[in-house]
Formats: sequence, structure tokens, C-alpha cells
Amino acid sequence: MDFLHALIVFCNFVAVPALAYGSQLALGALGVTIVFGILRFSNFAHGDTMAFGTMVAILATWWLQSQGIGIHPLPTALLALPIAIAATAALLLATDRLVYRFFRSKRSPPVIFVAASIGVMMLFHGLVRLIIGPWNQRFSDGERFIVSAREFKTATGLNEGLAIKTSQAITAVVAVAIVAVLFWFLNRTKTGKSMRAYSDNPDLALLSGIKPERVVAICWVLTAALATVAGVLYGLDKSFKPFTYFQLLLPIFAAAIVGGLGNPVGAIAGGFLVAFSEISVTYAFKKVLGYVLPEYLAPDGLAQLLSTDYKLAVSFTILVITLLIRPTGLLGAPRQ
Amino acid sequence: MKIRDPAMFIFAAALIAAVGFVQSWNVALSILNMCLVSAIVALGVNLQWGYAGLFNFGIVGFVAIGGVATVLVSAPPVQDAWQVGGGRLAVAAAIGLATLALASAAFLKIRPGRKRMLSVAAILAVGLFAYRSFFDPAVEAIESIEPARFGYLGGFGLPVLLAWPLGALLAAGAAYLIGKVALGLRTDYLAIATLSIAEIIIAIVKNEEWLTRGVKNVIGLPRPVPYEIDLQNSEKFVSAAQSVGIDAVSASSLFVKLAYSGLFAAVLAILYCMSQLAINAPWGRMMRAIRDNEVAAAAIGKDVSGRHLQVFVVGSAICGLAGAMMTTLEGQLTPGQYNPLRFTFLAWVMVIVGGAGSNRGAILGGILVWFFWIEVEHIGAIIADNLTFWLGDESPLRQHVMDSVAYMRLPTMGLILLLMLRFYPRGLIPEK
Amino acid sequence: MKVISGRQMTGGYGGGDIISRCEIEAGDNQIVVIVGPNGAGKSTAMKALFGMLKLREGTVRFREEDITDLEPQDRVALGMAFVPQTRNVFETLSIEENLEMGAFLRKEGVKAAIDKVYDLFPALLEKRLQRASALSGGQRQQLAIARALMTNPRLLMLDEPTAGTSPVVMNDIFRHIRKIASSGIAIVLVEQNARLALEIADMGYVLVEGKNRYSGTGADLLANADVRKSFLGG
Repeated sequence: MDFLHALIVFCNFVAVPALAYGSQLALGALGVTIVFGILRFSNFAHGDTMAFGTMVAILATWWLQSQGIGIHPLPTALLALPIAIAATAALLLATDRLVYRFFRSKRSPPVIFVAASIGVMMLFHGLVRLIIGPWNQRFSDGERFIVSAREFKTATGLNEGLAIKTSQAITAVVAVAIVAVLFWFLNRTKTGKSMRAYSDNPDLALLSGIKPERVVAICWVLTAALATVAGVLYGLDKSFKPFTYFQLLLPIFAAAIVGGLGNPVGAIAGGFLVAFSEISVTYAFKKVLGYVLPEYLAPDGLAQLLSTDYKLAVSFTILVITLLIRPTGLLGAPRQ
Repeated sequence: MKIRDPAMFIFAAALIAAVGFVQSWNVALSILNMCLVSAIVALGVNLQWGYAGLFNFGIVGFVAIGGVATVLVSAPPVQDAWQVGGGRLAVAAAIGLATLALASAAFLKIRPGRKRMLSVAAILAVGLFAYRSFFDPAVEAIESIEPARFGYLGGFGLPVLLAWPLGALLAAGAAYLIGKVALGLRTDYLAIATLSIAEIIIAIVKNEEWLTRGVKNVIGLPRPVPYEIDLQNSEKFVSAAQSVGIDAVSASSLFVKLAYSGLFAAVLAILYCMSQLAINAPWGRMMRAIRDNEVAAAAIGKDVSGRHLQVFVVGSAICGLAGAMMTTLEGQLTPGQYNPLRFTFLAWVMVIVGGAGSNRGAILGGILVWFFWIEVEHIGAIIADNLTFWLGDESPLRQHVMDSVAYMRLPTMGLILLLMLRFYPRGLIPEK
Repeated sequence: MKVISGRQMTGGYGGGDIISRCEIEAGDNQIVVIVGPNGAGKSTAMKALFGMLKLREGTVRFREEDITDLEPQDRVALGMAFVPQTRNVFETLSIEENLEMGAFLRKEGVKAAIDKVYDLFPALLEKRLQRASALSGGQRQQLAIARALMTNPRLLMLDEPTAGTSPVVMNDIFRHIRKIASSGIAIVLVEQNARLALEIADMGYVLVEGKNRYSGTGADLLANADVRKSFLGG
């Protein structure tokens, strides 16, 4: 019984949140990894791309709410997603046209692209703060819980509750759907295959008649969709704040790199690895240990390895260990 | 040197003078002082990026280390805090070091495999437990000493100018450790690694209240220059001010700012001369050779990773020095202000605007970019005002636009960076 | 009618000219071989035909049409195919996906074309769902040629297809090249193994320092004492 209680506490505070957070990171990392696979540079503007997409979704949500349109018990933001994705895609395509395409035509080295993505990052970050402000925004409406801790307790008669937030369930469902569609696109459609071919060997892709500019455009549209969905899911689950989204860049990069930059499956695995590590290292295991350990061994302190203030240290450690031991990532990059 | 280069410096000086005439000389001098500090940061970044091609995105971390050094050196020690926590902290530090030593010894001695992994993990776990059992109560005790005023260990109460070399030294130490681990990574990986390390340093500065008071700030740090109130009470100063025709209060404030300007300009001049000497020496030529072709340089026997580490440490030390100067100028440590967007990426804009690889360019970039960083708000407000005045003060659009001006800085800097990369990729004063 | 004809081709990569006044032609069903010592500009001459080298002077015509200013990818659409010497397959894609990518520009008949290529290279059919990186050296070259054939070319150009392969594989590749030529596709081939290549050549060009030194049918060149002495090792 105690073991069951420990398991429920663990699921409630570690496993379920980490699954949701991991899905959000995985979607973010997929965006980073696709840009790297096609354009061969690390896109530092990705966090702020997520922020932009989420901002549009919030604005659209407000508008829909003002019109009395909603899909209760689901959050209105889901309805706003297509609008947000379209706006973000337009922004990224315009950015590519005005910024990156020039450097591509000059065959600039990757560092120039990284520097340009820094400029784009500052531009996007400023744009978002300009439009919606730097503050925290909560835009989750609809039902808060699918299963609340209290309902769980009364239903099972146990002492501990397992709560599942609507946002967590939505995250899981949407992430699975998006990943399924993405992999179907990459592995089953001609356009998707041509993107993999271009990522593998751009020169040979050219010799096969694949048009680079088309591949790049599709790459940005995919990135816009992934970034917006990841950002909206994260915002629904927690809240939206431009600076937080900028900081998300670090766990997202850690996830993409640990899985092998350019490798979509790796990005997903990396997302969950980073999320589970971060949450379990910063979670106070006092209660869990209290159930499983005999009384005289039960910890006095919180049994927390690291304060949540230092959660970035977890991504960083994973990042550095990967880079030092296996720079191509756990699942190996497709090239080099 | 072309005629264009000094002309651009004169232009920068004219901009600051214009602020003096239009706004006030107090504002102009404040901007000038931060321009000088920015120029120093830009020199450090230029050393790493311009001369060695290293992506250091951890600048804000080294600046923050410099700030902490200022507190450690100049703040008066909090005796009670030392008494209740000092001993246990020392024990905790000893345990921590011993654990690391033991773990690395085990890692080296035992052959790879499960046995090694388990024993290293066991040593780390036991060590962490022991460390925390001393560290946590010590921190709690220290932070409970008059939390409103102290709640931290304080510093050593030494003259604040000592903090400048110490800030550089601490930043150099941190850079050495980081460089040992992260250098040798591909460029963009190094950028990501340093970016996250800086975030961790900032997290430490914000959260380890026993050391820095965290977001409660350390205020009232001593100054290397006189206090305004002392000047106003000095008859000699008052009469001197009257003879120039300025009232004593504004004269004292101008005098203090000018004194800082003098100190900062001296440091900048020394660093500039040293950078120029270094860059024109065989060392500088070797650095550029490595930057331009690492493989070839390694092939002719240059110690690429050693040189990289060296330049990474020196450049970061300069950032630490600048951080200490900045905290000294402000007279207080405010960890909440350390934001990568403001420090790290702005420094990058400075170097790219000025011209990577050129010391004069870095200084010019530092001055110009800081100037616009501050003045964009004013300029933006004037433009926005003129663009929207016809809407009337009640218009929500006008209000939103006027409020938004406060956020104009970042996008402007992003835009400047992109325009420079595209149209002047070699910067305003290109490398020769 | 000449399938391809490069006339007075002169140019290089930025620096000096690598080829000068170089002439290469191929007719229908012909196998044309370019040989010569190292650094003679053989590969460069072929790349010039394919538009991967900007010509300073000279023209390239494909089936009478002037294509001198066309980008390589546009030449692919016209019916020219190119097999690079290295990195000539999509390693992370399956065999079949490699072939599909070869047929990227085709609107229809992809399935039939793939079946035709499998007939020519049965070894590929067996491994059709495996990644290209799993192939042996010889099969890899087969796949590289097969991918190029999928573009439905009138002209197939191969850059040293036998470099670094064993004699057995080499013979196999030449056998396939002849088969392809007999199906109505002109072939331009750059080769190190001059003797073997000239044996199957309808036409041969010997380049030295970027200029045509000798040209003639494969048999003529093999019989020419000078060519034998200088380039075929006696």
C-alpha cells in the first residue's frame, strides 16, 4: 500500500508533469533539429519564434472569447492555433526572404547564420514585448482538471491523489498527433522525402531536380507549426512570458543535441530525457521516500538534489556531457 | 588610419555632447561612463571573437562575477554572520572539494565499467549528503542575521578599486574552468554551452543570498571617488564651483561623474594599448592564423586549444573587470539586472557594429551602441509622439504606441545587427 | 544528331583556367570516355558540360539547344544526369527512396521506372528497404547510377565510377554501362582506368593540361602508339 502511495505521489509530481513538459520540449527540439537538418545552423531565434506564435494565439484567443466563440471544456487557444501557425509561418518566411536567403546565396559560413539568428532573436523578442508586453499572461480557459486529486482520492479510497490537468492531457494528445503527422510527412510523402534527401546531401538533391528554395520554405513552415504548437502547449500548461520562452532555448537545445542535431527521433527522446532529468533532480522526494523507506531511514530534509532555481543546470549538464562524450548525440546525427 | 576613423569617434563624442546640451550634462556624463565600460566589454569580446573566432555567449556571467567581486572586496564584513556560519561553510567547502577529488581519483583509478560508475556515483551521493548537512544549516544561520540589512557574509571591507583586478581574476578563473570543458566544441555548441553556463552563474548570484543577498541587492558599496555631500561641505570645492559659475550641488554631481570618467578612460586606454601591442606582436599574428585556418595552424605545430583557452580566459577577465567597474559605478549590486539580452547579445552587437578583429572598432561600437541603447527610447518617444499626436491623447492606439516605446531597444538592436551583417559585414572600422 | 557537344570550353574556379578550348561531343547511344593524366582537367571538362563550372568562353549544346547559361538543375530537367564520384547516394534514405528521389521531377510512371532499374540491378531489389549506407561499395555505385537513371536522361555522365573498386566490381560497372548505352542513352565517362574504359568506348578523348591531345574511336586510341606509350603504360 505504501509503495502504491509512493508511486502515485511520484506520478503526480514527477511523471505526469515531466511527460507534459517533455512533449513540449520535444516539439521545440524538433523545430530546432529540422532547421539544423535543412539549413545547417543552430537557430537561436527558436525560443522567440515560440513566443511569437504563442502571442498570436493569445491575441486570437482574446478575440474569439470576445466573440463568444469557444470549445468548452477545451481551451479556446486550440481553436486559435491555425491562425497563430499561419501568422508565424508568414513571419518566418518573410525573415528567410529578408535575412537568411541573402547569406545562403553568398554561401556564408554557419557562424554568420548563427549571428543573424541572434539578430532575428532580438527582433522577435522585442516585437513580442512591443505587442503584448513583457508580463506574464494566462490564457488557459476551459476545464482545469480532467481528474482532480480529490476526485482521484474518493474514487480509489487512497490517501494520495493523482491529478491530471487538462493542459497536460491536451499536450500529450496534440504532441502525439503532431509527431505522427510529421513522421508521416517525412517518411511517406514525396515532399517529405525530398526534405530528408536535401538534409542528407544537398548537392545530390540538386542533381535530382529537388528545388532548394522550396525545401527551405517548407522547412520554415514546419518550424513555425512546431514552434507555435510547442509554445501554446507550454503556455497553457504554465503561463506565457516572453523571457521564459527565450530561456526555453537552453533545454530545447539540450534536447536537440542530446538526441543528435538533425535527427527527429533523437529530438523527441532528448526532450523527454531533459524533462525527466530536470523535474526529478529538482523535485523534493521527501514524501515519496517517506512511503517507501522504513521510518528510521526517512529523510529529515526535503531530499531535493537541486533547488528549482538551478533547473537550467540540469540541461546544461546533459548538454556538456553529451558534447564531451558523444558530440553526434545519443542516436547519432545522420551526417559526419 | 584613414580620416574616416577619427571622424567617427568625433561623431560619437558629438552625440554625447548633444545630449549634454539638449538633455543635461549629468545625463551625458552617465551615458559616457557606461559607454566607456561598454567599450571595455567590447574589447574583451573582440579579443575572443574578432581575434580568435570564439563564440562566447556567456558574457553576462563574467560581468556578474565582476559585480560579486566588488561586493566581496569592498562591503563591510558581517561579523555575526561569519560567527554563526563561517566555520560550517568552511567545513562544507572542504567536504565538497574532498568529494570531487575522491570522485575524480576513483574515476581515474578504476577501469571503465559498471564498477566505476557505481563507485563514483556512491562517492558523489555520500559527499553531497555530507556537504549539504553542513552547508544548509550554515546558510540558514547566515541568512537569518538581520535579513533586512545583512543576511549575508559581507565582504572584506577593502578599498573598492581592488575589486577591479579581483573581478578580472575571478572571471579568469571561471573562464579557465569553463574553457577546459567547453572549448574545442564546434562554434555553435560553444555558444550554447557558454549561454547556459552564464544562466547558471546568474542563477547563483540571484539565489545564493548568503553570498550576494540575491535579489535583495547589496547597496551602499564604498566609492573610489568623493561623495557629493562631502564636496558640497568643502569650502574649497564650493568656491571653485562658484568661480566657474555653477552651483555647488550640480558641480559636485558633475565632478563625481567626471572622476569616474577619468578612471574608466584610463583603464580603457591601458587595455587598448595592451590589446594593440598583443595583436601586432607575433602572438596576435598567430591568433589570426589560427582563426583563419585552424587545421593548417595545428598542422604547423601551433597549440590551437592552448591558445584558445588563453584568449578565452583573457577576454573573459576583461569582461569581469568591466563588471566590477559597472558595479562600482552604480554603488550597488543588483543581480536582477543581469540579463543576457542586455549584456551578452548587446556586446555582440557592439563588436559587429564596430568591426570584428579591430580594437578601435570595438571601442567605437561599444560607445555608439550603448549610446543608442539608452537614447532609442528618447528618440523613439519623440518619433512616436510626432507620428500619433493627431490621434489625440485619449486614443488607445496612441497610448499603446507611447507605452511601447519602452520596448523599442531590443528590436532596434536586432535590426542594427542584421543590417550590419548584410551591408557592412566588416563593421564600421574594419580589421586591416 | 549530337546529344551533347561542348565547343571551345574555357574556364576554371576563380583562379586560372583549368580547361582551355576543350572539345567534347557525344552522339546517340555512344559511350564517350575522357582519359588523361592526373590534373588534366578530365572531371572539370565534364562538370563544364553539366554547368557546374562557369565557362569563360565556349558553348555547350544539348540536342542542338544552347544550354551554356543553364543551371545544373535545369539541365537535369532537360535530360542530363550526373553521377558524382563521391557522396553520390542519399545515405540515410532507403534504396527505394533514393530511386524515388531520382524520379523527383517525373510526374508519372515512377513505379514502372523503378521496376526497370531493378531489372538492371537485381541486387538493389533485394535490399530495397534498407538504408543506402548499408550497401557494399559496388552496390553503392549501382545505386548511384540507378538514381541518375531515374531522372529519365538522354545523357548519363559518370565521374570516375570505378575509383577505389575491386577489379570484379569494375568489370561489373562497365558491363552495366554498356547495357545502359545499348538501351539508347548516351554516356560520358571520366576514367582513371583508361585501357578498360577505352575498350568499351565508341569515342575517346585524351586530355592533357586542360586541352584535347588526342581523340578518336576507342579502338583507334588503343592502337595509337603515342597514346599507348604515354597514357596506357606501353
